[in-house]
Amino acid sequence: MSLAEIQRQVMWNRLIAVVEEQAQTMIRTAFSTTVREAGDLSAGIFDLQGRMLAQAVTGTPGHVNSMMESVGHFLKKFPAETMKAGDHYITNDPWLGTGHLHDLTVVTPAFRLGKMVGLFANTAHVIDVGGLGFGPEGRSVFEEGMYIPIVKCFDQGKPNETFFDIVRAGSRLPVELEGDIFSLCTCNEEGARRLVQMLDEFALDGLEPLADFIFENSLRATLAEIAKLPRGTFSGDISSDGYDEPVTLRASLTILPDAIEVDFAGTSGLSGRGINVPAAYTRAYGSFGIKVVVAPDIPNNWASLLPFRFTIPEGCILNAPRPYPVSVRHVIGHLVPDLIMGCLHQAVPDRVTAEGSSSLWNPPLRGGSSVSGQARGNWPVLPDFEIITFNSGGTGARPTLDGLSATAFPSGVRTMPVEATENVAPVIFWRKELRPDSAGAGRTRGGFGQIMEIAGKGDLEFAVNAVFDRVANAPRGRDDGADGAAGEVLQKSGKTLRTKGFQVIPDGERLLLNLPGGGGMGAPVTRDPALVARDVRDGLVSVASARDDYRVVIGTDGEVDAAATAILRG
Amino acid sequence: MQSARLAVDIGGTFTDLALEHAGRRSTAKVLTTPAAPERGVMEGVRAILRAASLSPGDISIVVHGTTLATNALIERKGARTALVTTQGFRDVLAMGNESRYDQYDLNIVLPEPLVPRYLRLPVPERLDNTGRVLRPLDEAAVRALAPLFQRESVQSIAIGFLHSFVNPAHERRARDILAEALPEIPVSLSSDVSPEMREWERFSTTAANAYVQPLMAGYLRRLETDLHREGVAAPVFLMLSGGGLTTIETACRFPIRLVESGPAGGAIFAAHIARESGLPSVLSFDMGGTTAKVCLIDEFRPQTSRTFEVARIGRFRKGSGLPLRIPVIEMVEIGAGGGSLAHVDALGRIAVGPESAGADPGPACYGRGGTKPAVTDANLVLGRYDPEKFAGGSMALDAAASRTALAAHVGEPLKLAPEMAALGVIEMVDENMANAARVHAIESGKTYAGRTMIAFGGGGPVHGYRVAEKIGIDRVLIPSGAGVGSAIGFLRAPVGYEVVRSLYQRFSTFDVGAVNALLDAMVAEADGIVAQGSFGAPTRQGRIAFMRYVGQGHEIPVALPARTLTQGDVPAIRAEYDAQYSRFYDRPVPGSDVEILSYAVTVATMADAPDSVAVNTQSATATPARTQTVRDTASGEATEWAVFDRASLAPGATLYGPAIVAEDETSTLVGPGWTARIDGRGYIDLTRGGA
Repeated sequence: MSLAEIQRQVMWNRLIAVVEEQAQTMIRTAFSTTVREAGDLSAGIFDLQGRMLAQAVTGTPGHVNSMMESVGHFLKKFPAETMKAGDHYITNDPWLGTGHLHDLTVVTPAFRLGKMVGLFANTAHVIDVGGLGFGPEGRSVFEEGMYIPIVKCFDQGKPNETFFDIVRAGSRLPVELEGDIFSLCTCNEEGARRLVQMLDEFALDGLEPLADFIFENSLRATLAEIAKLPRGTFSGDISSDGYDEPVTLRASLTILPDAIEVDFAGTSGLSGRGINVPAAYTRAYGSFGIKVVVAPDIPNNWASLLPFRFTIPEGCILNAPRPYPVSVRHVIGHLVPDLIMGCLHQAVPDRVTAEGSSSLWNPPLRGGSSVSGQARGNWPVLPDFEIITFNSGGTGARPTLDGLSATAFPSGVRTMPVEATENVAPVIFWRKELRPDSAGAGRTRGGFGQIMEIAGKGDLEFAVNAVFDRVANAPRGRDDGADGAAGEVLQKSGKTLRTKGFQVIPDGERLLLNLPGGGGMGAPVTRDPALVARDVRDGLVSVASARDDYRVVIGTDGEVDAAATAILRG
Repeated sequence: MQSARLAVDIGGTFTDLALEHAGRRSTAKVLTTPAAPERGVMEGVRAILRAASLSPGDISIVVHGTTLATNALIERKGARTALVTTQGFRDVLAMGNESRYDQYDLNIVLPEPLVPRYLRLPVPERLDNTGRVLRPLDEAAVRALAPLFQRESVQSIAIGFLHSFVNPAHERRARDILAEALPEIPVSLSSDVSPEMREWERFSTTAANAYVQPLMAGYLRRLETDLHREGVAAPVFLMLSGGGLTTIETACRFPIRLVESGPAGGAIFAAHIARESGLPSVLSFDMGGTTAKVCLIDEFRPQTSRTFEVARIGRFRKGSGLPLRIPVIEMVEIGAGGGSLAHVDALGRIAVGPESAGADPGPACYGRGGTKPAVTDANLVLGRYDPEKFAGGSMALDAAASRTALAAHVGEPLKLAPEMAALGVIEMVDENMANAARVHAIESGKTYAGRTMIAFGGGGPVHGYRVAEKIGIDRVLIPSGAGVGSAIGFLRAPVGYEVVRSLYQRFSTFDVGAVNALLDAMVAEADGIVAQGSFGAPTRQGRIAFMRYVGQGHEIPVALPARTLTQGDVPAIRAEYDAQYSRFYDRPVPGSDVEILSYAVTVATMADAPDSVAVNTQSATATPARTQTVRDTASGEATEWAVFDRASLAPGATLYGPAIVAEDETSTLVGPGWTARIDGRGYIDLTRGGA
């Protein structure tokens, strides 16, 4: 290895820092809480052929290679030679971007000395793009919001006013949406500026030699990890509650000497509602599911993802064609890593987790005149509002560690503080805390889910556009670990609500969400009784569950009754 | 009585002391005594007084900083703490922001909350976001907790209710009830400790305050007693993480504000150098044995922040620690120091840190049994240190051991000669520091154009010029006395206090009266605290509004005039916001209203005016003492570099890189294309591309 190669290593690190700066700029300037609080975004740099060189660590896996594929579509419509400095291109096309209309993808060419040297792309989930609003109710993508084909939003630095006029008119939150688009362009510009500085510093004309170096090393390292795995074909399935009927996802995963192939044959057909998944999003979470087990330390780029191949049959819910509705494709898409790990469990059982809550529980809440009509007479209604908060149940147990309680996986998003939410919308969260006895028992247990109780201010009516899963299909344990507790969607008074779809919570009522717990791993009777006693003391596992599920007897003093436990465990 | 000023900085291993008296400075270093830190302090005080031929009565002020609070949090050695909280929100500390700090590691471990769930106790009560009572405080439920706390031997109590920063009435009432039942147990209120929006950060800060309070209060009282017994009658001030000084009284109430006071001293030190040298735009770069810290300093004030993370468990990973919302000097700490170890990762890339060889066994060249290559080993193999003169010649370095370690762990896996492996290690560690500094600038909305780096710590002068090149800085200043920079910084810190309060308003409906009332109350609070230690010295006031476009998530600080606001000020404040915003983000956002979330008021005594030093225009000759073969990390070439002894260089001496300026504590590298000039204070002033 020579000085040039050491410098290429240095530049590789630099590129990863450059895209991190790009992502941080977005977080600092974005308007939508989904971006700035929750971190539902991604950012990356691409060569002139549209191959991703580096991706920011900050961000969510749903965009892993969906954003990556997207850049190719931009280049197809606007070939590189037609792009000018100061141009920014945008789309929210679910099939050219990251799978639903709420994700905006912006691509920006970077120029140095008049010559285009690379492309920056980013994706962010914005709060509103008109239409029905974020939720499963659409019967086609046309109902789900404004549809932005790949267009120029800035032309050589000048905003495309026609575009911005249309965008503002089509959203319930025009200021936020426009601000977000500005933010996405700004963050790409920041990336471009840093890239040019790097090329200047190292006196490089372009990224090509560096691209080859990154791709070669990433591919070699990924192949080396694949080579360590046992060969064979492994299959698995996982079930979702679906919109109105259950959905089963099936996969068979084949480990070859130089690739991992996943075939989703046998997966349920398309839904009439917006839980369908465009193929790019399936590939994103499929790749994430493999990568997190097989090669977690190798940075994401075109080459490190290359050995993971997917066959997704047409007409199945994981390969929705236009114009099927796809707004809440994450509900099904978030189950894909658990499905992949179900397959890999047969090959490398000590490297995967049990199933978790996985699908985010993000209640889109709406209040005011667009729920049951305008206020009239003595009938008060809340001011108009539209919000979404991101919340998570428990993750699956890990081979040597318990699952994480109320933590997002596979999604990489964060929740927002209740105090902040209550400052932007007239809602009261009466409860948001861990859900006892929800973790699947096991040698290592799942993470606990959480309980949320939400009311309109003054107990006035509001609506929820439900997108919840794992209610009829609890997260499963592995290796004799127990399933996690299934989710529940209720009114406070006890009425069961549908897990998907628009529903009104009437005056005086509250929405009660019991989020699922993660599945356990290993037989519960092999769990260290002291750990069971700790959970009992913390009020997270009941004395009854300790006895019935773990066969651990907890005395009135809160300590393990060793003798009684020994008898019970036989 | 003489007027001697004493600074004491307790670190993990050493307690540093600096004493200034009649224009002279003495320093001392003693071992820290963790079980009873005041013992080490007293030993150091006696030693430094002896060295300076002064008596305890000659000391006029003692300034103290300590890592005790930080260590208690890292090692989980604080008090048994309970948290009383709003019913329905028992797990705020455990749930955090519900995310993973590493997306690709299935086996991450999240930090355990400081308060276990069985001591996180909910009581019925609820306010809305305007502070209106939705559910009154259930006083009987609070009272019923007292026997439980006794049974569980609780030593400290935190109270955190939702929206209490808007209306603290419930928290205060709950405190009164508990204080009546358990008068001996200290209580920390979230509305006092960190009165700002965001329940996780506020509760976490309050719990941490309660957790370290008994320990810190006990230690500070003992120290005070011991100093008095020794005959030191001078007042004792504590260094705050935000860069000001406060009294023992205040420190005992809010000990969480003492975390990271050592690094804060380093930043104050750099700020003082910046002021002396008339440099309004500075990056301080403090590289030690295990970490490097960078801090942005504008207008002679270190950048401050209101959030901080302590006790990170994920190897410096952001998000893996406990969040604290207190005024802090903002700096980025990178796991990159002289002891950081190098290896080759799965992709065949050279990786450096964050694992460190520490002081024992230390880098391979120390010859104490270390076999893995550290940054110091790589510097040695490149010829950047003289093995005979390291640490003033007190410690001969074993270059052969360095070569062996580099060959085994980096060279052979990559088929590189040891020199090239060393070059790779240094380039990579410099790049890592530069990348962290770059991302930090972005997060802070700042740039490096036109900035000067002030480099100190053992590694700062060695790595400074190259890191500067990588981030686009053309001037590096190496002060003297860099080894005890933090303690010296303590002596430069003003007595000061910062109060932060939330008051949400939109700019379009800005209520001048309400803002003035709030700011007046904040000024009165800060004045009251500062008056305890300023002894009537004149103070300055800073007022800042944290503003953003409605709907955005990150605020920009906008300075307000330090007087009663009038309606006429409003357009100017808005204009200042737009100007600040477009300075960082190219363009303001059209049509957006601006909201103000909170205000900060700082009251502090004036910083000491620096001694004036005649500008030195004369030139002096610089004669190299010897030459050394050094391999340049940018070009890969090995050439002869002139070596100068710093002590022999008079003000005005100018020399041209590549060269090394050697001194006992460290070496300053003058890279190719850089020029070094000794300024009137004896500082080394490096400029790139010219004199």
